[in-house]
Amino acid sequence: MSQANLTIEHLDHGAGVMEEAPFAIPSSKLVMWLFIISDACTFGAVLMAYGYIRNSAADWPLVFESASIWNALLMTFILVTTSLTVLFAVKAAQSDDRAGAFKWTMITAAGGVLFALLHIREWMSLIGEGVRLFQNPWGAPLFGAMFFSVTGLHMAHVVGGVIALLVVGSGYKAGRYAAKHIEIWALYWHFVDLVWMFVVPLIYLLNMKR
Amino acid sequence: MNNAANGSMRTNFIIYGVILAIAVIQIVVAMTMGPSLGRMLVLAAIQAYLAVMFFMHLRDEKPSLRLALIPGTIFVLVMMNMIWADSYRLIHLRPFPK
Repeated sequence: MSQANLTIEHLDHGAGVMEEAPFAIPSSKLVMWLFIISDACTFGAVLMAYGYIRNSAADWPLVFESASIWNALLMTFILVTTSLTVLFAVKAAQSDDRAGAFKWTMITAAGGVLFALLHIREWMSLIGEGVRLFQNPWGAPLFGAMFFSVTGLHMAHVVGGVIALLVVGSGYKAGRYAAKHIEIWALYWHFVDLVWMFVVPLIYLLNMKR
Repeated sequence: MNNAANGSMRTNFIIYGVILAIAVIQIVVAMTMGPSLGRMLVLAAIQAYLAVMFFMHLRDEKPSLRLALIPGTIFVLVMMNMIWADSYRLIHLRPFPK
């Protein structure tokens, strides 16, 4: 076998020249895990900044009435349910059920859209009450900046996740993507859900009207 | 679907129920006992643990992956807590220490 043939053969199969996959998972999945932990640190930093400003403000407003709290619970229910539906999509993809995986991915994306709409309704309600980035009718002017920053960053992740699920779900159905791609974006979607588990108590419940 | 897959989905349904139950408990606790930061964080951490281990299947991965991901992330998040002293300084309008 010539040197050229040997090289092409090795490039095709990777065996012998490539290192084995670290942690016995595909590199793309490892990259998603690394993204998730770096994003966790980003959210951690944003929530710490919120805590810093809230703690150092003498007149931090407690604004959320029970309607907002129940709305947050409904949003939690939707997001956690989509974590379950995306697991159905992964299961279907692993069984090579392309139609099933597509259906569950789209249901998950629809849940994400519903979540974002409920969130926008919450934003509009606060904006209607006079909350802006650097002013509000109740107290510390930075309340709006922190609320919109934290929830806005989370909502950007939800919207990004919905777009990714639409692309990967339809691409998997068309045969452009493999089951591992559904699995990788499901990981991301669970992470979006996980961040919300901290946003609700820290942003909504700690700022509940008493 | 084989028995293992059925069992796995059953576990996922249980975890789903537990996470939602904790979300309700969080709200009930906040409304009745007051939203203490400690209580809220502990409940959120339990939810996050369940989501990472079961929904994200980290418990099924090699222990070396868990070791590579979790301690480093916790270390960074804990180190961020050094800001609190300054936020207390600010609310009492104390000058920077000389």
